[in-house]
Amino acid sequence: MVPISAYVTVSAILFVTGLVGVLIRRNFIIVLMSVEIMLNAANINLVAFANHLDSLAGQVMALFVIAIAAGEAAVGLAIIIVVFRGKIATNVDQINLLKW
Amino acid sequence: MYDLIVILIPVFPLVGVLINGLNVMLGHRYSDEKAAWIGCGSVFLSACCAFWVLGETLDNPAPRTVVAYRWFFGGDLTVNLGFLIDPLTCVMLLVVTGVGFLIHVYSVGYMHGEEGFTRFFAYMNLFMVSMLLLVMGNNYAVLFIGWEGVGLCSYLLIGYYYDRVSAAKAATKAFVVNRIGDAGFLLAIFLIFATFGTLDYTEVFAKAGQLDPATATAIAVCLLIGAIGKSAQLPLYTWLPDAMEGPTPVSALIHAATMVTAGVYMVVRNHAIYNLTPDALMLVGVIGGVTALFAATIGLVQTDIKRVLAYSTVSQLGFMFLACGVGAYAAAIFHLVTHAFFKALLFLAAGSVIHALSGEQDIRRMGGLWNKIPVTHWVFLTGTAAIAGVPFLSGWWSKDEILGHAFTHGHYVLWTLGWAAALCTAFYMSRLLYVTFYGESRVDRKVTQHIHESPKIMLAPLVVLAFLSVIGGLIGVIPGGLENGWFHQFLAPVVATRAAAGVPEGGHLEPYLLMLWTTVIALAGWLTAHYFYMLKPDQPDLLMNKMKGVYTLLLNKYWVDEAYDMTVVEPGKAVGRALDRVDQAGVDRAVVAVERMTDLGAAGSTWFEKHVIYGSINVTGYANQLAARMLRRLQTGLVHHYAAILVAGLVVLVNLIVLFLWFGGAS
Repeated sequence: MVPISAYVTVSAILFVTGLVGVLIRRNFIIVLMSVEIMLNAANINLVAFANHLDSLAGQVMALFVIAIAAGEAAVGLAIIIVVFRGKIATNVDQINLLKW
Repeated sequence: MYDLIVILIPVFPLVGVLINGLNVMLGHRYSDEKAAWIGCGSVFLSACCAFWVLGETLDNPAPRTVVAYRWFFGGDLTVNLGFLIDPLTCVMLLVVTGVGFLIHVYSVGYMHGEEGFTRFFAYMNLFMVSMLLLVMGNNYAVLFIGWEGVGLCSYLLIGYYYDRVSAAKAATKAFVVNRIGDAGFLLAIFLIFATFGTLDYTEVFAKAGQLDPATATAIAVCLLIGAIGKSAQLPLYTWLPDAMEGPTPVSALIHAATMVTAGVYMVVRNHAIYNLTPDALMLVGVIGGVTALFAATIGLVQTDIKRVLAYSTVSQLGFMFLACGVGAYAAAIFHLVTHAFFKALLFLAAGSVIHALSGEQDIRRMGGLWNKIPVTHWVFLTGTAAIAGVPFLSGWWSKDEILGHAFTHGHYVLWTLGWAAALCTAFYMSRLLYVTFYGESRVDRKVTQHIHESPKIMLAPLVVLAFLSVIGGLIGVIPGGLENGWFHQFLAPVVATRAAAGVPEGGHLEPYLLMLWTTVIALAGWLTAHYFYMLKPDQPDLLMNKMKGVYTLLLNKYWVDEAYDMTVVEPGKAVGRALDRVDQAGVDRAVVAVERMTDLGAAGSTWFEKHVIYGSINVTGYANQLAARMLRRLQTGLVHHYAAILVAGLVVLVNLIVLFLWFGGAS
């Protein structure tokens, strides 16, 4: 039986990977993928603890997160396409309309 | 329909006022001719409505109330702008709109080319509005508004030639003297409200029976004070002769036919109250009788054609008050109507004479005009005959009725005063006629060349009025004979006389003897004048020398004006001057000191505002700007920076929570 700490460790590594990806990569799509990695890190946590605590709530929560992640990905991609058409840019740095 | 037409009666002239008044204010956008059309047209429409209302009232003489709208209310008091239409109102409506319309038409000719022609018509229409409110109102508040309105218009029109000092003074005098009467009237209204708790005629008169005699007398006397102010009776008559400074149509309309009769109308309207108090009624009669004779004697020697007529008006109004005093209310209104006809006629004819003589008003510089201005002469002759009491003309019927009533009801003193006044009337009116129209011409040569008959627009109203003066009296005798004519039958529902229960039946011969007597009186007066001014033109001067004292007394109008000046006006002015000095020495300086202090305070406030308040506001602004300048650097527009800040915040938060749990769990 794999101990719960192993799951948490994997989850933490995945989360930090995603976080670093979001912070340092410039490409939209990579940023979006990093976000997905972070979400799935959270999912691993949820499922692991659900199993550990013998409760279904965590698994249900994980299903919700997957569904919402799908929606989020769809919206994110849509935004990327719109921005790409308008500014011909896939680089996050170039989108700075909200700057003062 | 009925309500609408009743309301329209005063609304038409009001529209005329608004249009012509606006034109004056906006600097005369249209011609005088249009102003005349508007002025006369509005009164004509109003007169048409009045005739229609008369027709309705003939069908159904019961009083009808028309409420235009609720004017104001508070506590127990509700005052409507309401109109009471009964036979009395109808009679007054016809006189006001009918005679008013004729005089408006006349004015078009008389005022032709005058500066301020439009203003004149605006004032005249405003007068019509006020007078109509006065006679139509169904409560004392509306009556009072009309009462004050006609006073205002009287003031405005007497002072029409405002650049003339005498006119301005006369206007002020009329206004101030009227105020004395108005104060009494106002007191009466307060008393009525305090006693009855309402101002509506119908309610007041319905409850009048329960009045105790003292209150009734107080109300009646206060009302009477108002009436003598407006109707120029002793001792408040002095303004009326001076009011002749106004244009002649104004004298005819306001100071002969309508406004001055408002007092008589008011007494008759309130006869339910007067009937309760024989004392007040007696006072009305005595004031009327004395005024009638007093003014008539002054009229004997005056030399200004309009002033003779003015004193004659005062005297005739005295007759009407005398009639009220002896309980002959119908006779008073009857005389009011006939007087409106013949006195308006005389004034307008006098205006025509003045017009012909290029503004001359002194009868000593007239004479021999009868063939130069024939139409004016004939109508003036008619008017004179009517007022003097030549049989079968209007004045004869009404005056005879008043005197007959006084005699048959046992008021012998009043009757004597009355016929003496009638004698004087016949004399001074025929004197006026003779001196103006017959004998040798004493007109200035320059003026003589310009003598001309007035234009048709002036003559037409004169002829109509002359016609009315001749036949107007018949409404009082047809079909029922003396004191039972159509007029009296029409008014009967309104003015039940005091002695209605038991009219003392004189012998059948008595009325005819009385008629004969008044006729004799009239003819005696006329013939005396004929003797003095026609047959022996040198006689008047001889008589004047012989009776120097009396003549001077009359010529100076009993020095009443001088006495008032000495006892009231001058002390009043002295008090005014003293107060003025107090004002300048004390009050003005105090005001200046206060002003200085205010200035100082304002300067201090300004400094405070500039430096302290603005300063603090600016500091706030600067602080915000500074903070913004620093904080806006955070907003780089780079998503990474935001995300990094987010993560940093998250780390801090998680650490805090862990720390909290750690220590929380430990303790």
